[in-house]
Amino acid sequence: MARKQTVRYYDSPGSRAFDIANVLLLTGLAVVTVLPLLYVLAGSFASESEISSRPFFLWPQKFVISTYQYIFSTDTFVRALLTTICVTAVGTVVQLLLTLTMAYPLAKRYLPGRALVLNLVIFTLVFSGGMIPTYLVVRDLGLLDNYLALILPLAINPFYLIVVKSFFQELPEALEEAARIDGCNELKVFWWIVLPLSKPIIATFSLFYAVAIWNDYMSPLLYIDDSKKWTLQMIVRQLTAANADSANVLQQLETVSFPEQGLKFAVVVVATLPILLFYPFLQKHFAKGVLIGSVKE
Amino acid sequence: MATDLAPNQVVPPAAEVKQAPPRKPRRPLGRELLRYRWLYVMLLPGLAYFALFKYLPMYGLTIAFKDYVPFLGYSGSQWVGLEHFRELFTGPDFGRLMFNTLLLALLTIVFVFPAPIVVALMLNELRMKVVKRSVQSLIYIPHFLSWTIVASLTYLLFSVDFGVIAGWVHSLTGGPKVDYVAQAGWFRPLIVLQLLWKQTGWGTIIYLAALAGVDSQLYEAARVDGAGRWRQFWHITLPAIQPTIVVMAILTSGHLMDSGFEQIWLMTTSLNRDVADVFDTFVYYVGITQGSFSYATAVGLFKGVIGVVLIFGSNRLAKRLGQRGLF
Repeated sequence: MARKQTVRYYDSPGSRAFDIANVLLLTGLAVVTVLPLLYVLAGSFASESEISSRPFFLWPQKFVISTYQYIFSTDTFVRALLTTICVTAVGTVVQLLLTLTMAYPLAKRYLPGRALVLNLVIFTLVFSGGMIPTYLVVRDLGLLDNYLALILPLAINPFYLIVVKSFFQELPEALEEAARIDGCNELKVFWWIVLPLSKPIIATFSLFYAVAIWNDYMSPLLYIDDSKKWTLQMIVRQLTAANADSANVLQQLETVSFPEQGLKFAVVVVATLPILLFYPFLQKHFAKGVLIGSVKE
Repeated sequence: MATDLAPNQVVPPAAEVKQAPPRKPRRPLGRELLRYRWLYVMLLPGLAYFALFKYLPMYGLTIAFKDYVPFLGYSGSQWVGLEHFRELFTGPDFGRLMFNTLLLALLTIVFVFPAPIVVALMLNELRMKVVKRSVQSLIYIPHFLSWTIVASLTYLLFSVDFGVIAGWVHSLTGGPKVDYVAQAGWFRPLIVLQLLWKQTGWGTIIYLAALAGVDSQLYEAARVDGAGRWRQFWHITLPAIQPTIVVMAILTSGHLMDSGFEQIWLMTTSLNRDVADVFDTFVYYVGITQGSFSYATAVGLFKGVIGVVLIFGSNRLAKRLGQRGLF
């Protein structure tokens, strides 16, 4: 009887109409979200005249790669790209290392002093010194115009730290006990037992940390004056901003003549692509990683 | 009856029973330290990070009450008391900064905060799992793009030279071409639009997690009692995510004064500065570009203190209203 009722109510006209509307609305939302990205991708392969004459297209009439050839022939852009790749790689390793090693002891409920450290960490989520005092610390450490300034001030994200700590707390203590009885000290337990069990969370947070450094615009703006040390995001900003003094930027890009609008499209694509390439591989992990944090806290 | 399912009968998914740690006999601290020495060694780099980049800047806040001169340093500079705060509150910029910051915060609460809740609820009702998964994958993407990219996309779509949307509106209405990016009147709508585009999809994750934790027996029981789809939504689904909404509201309220430096800064032009200036960007102008470190620090401290008051205030309010709160 109950089963019959269930079927009938789901097939009621109102319910059906809702389902159809719901699917259409959400599909529309997804399309609107992705369209700007597809347009930029198409535009980056289009000729300058097509960009200015056709209002909107997702497939260029004629594929042109001269903009890409151009930007990869400039020193400024290639240097910024390499800088960003190196800073992101080194930074992610540093961030992961610091976060994992700090989260592990904090996951041990029996460790004396743990609560104090945890409270000190949580307090930084609520209150911080702010932009200027942090800038002064970086300056006093002699890190201005140093790539380390893009890495060290962001080395631990307190929120990620707490999520990783929660993850470690859920690992079965018996495994660690067994390893300890077999003669492992805490470092060995961490390296041989805990880390191999933590692959999903390591994958998730390497993505989050890498994206944060790759996308960081504020740190280079604050700490890097030398335009030879600029990262990709600074170049993107310089080239595409509405109020950018383009003549000046073009001079810095040591140029002759090139399709100006197409260049903007191509730069946006190059700065976005690496993230979108990694995204599908890590997606299955990150939903899991975020959920561990959100459900437990 | 479905109405018997009062909100307080729904057990929040986050409820977790923690086992009490086994009581250990007290040992001398020295032996404890020795015993856990590797754990403490592992803790050291992280502690150094927090000391250097989180707590040292908090000590640096003292320059808000001094006239900081770089070569005299923190301790050598003269104390001036609350003079920088007086300068801020009586100065010509304060009213404008406060208005811009609060108006953006209000727009965020009204338009940006509810969006992920609505989308998560809609996704939750989707019975076609394939559609659900593909929609989710696509709407998460913008979260991973930088603000410089989002700003660039905005220029490419909305600027007057070759912006697609400016062109569309022009051909549809026949009116003059509008430069949305340059006009001050379009600054706030564009900021809200950017936030919606970038964060809505990602924001659904936490609500979907809460929804996934709802006991399906509740729905079955309600169905047996004759509850329709709307009733189930109203009496089970909505109460189930209510605690999550409250926690997110508290967290959001703590950031009311943070307008998102990168986003605002990237969208600021010489033409919209009057409506674009907020506390965050003002600190940068005054501190970094003009070198008034003490005054900028005072502005930042004022902003930070308001943030702390807001987060504790809203937490107390939530508790008084019978919610679980954040802490």
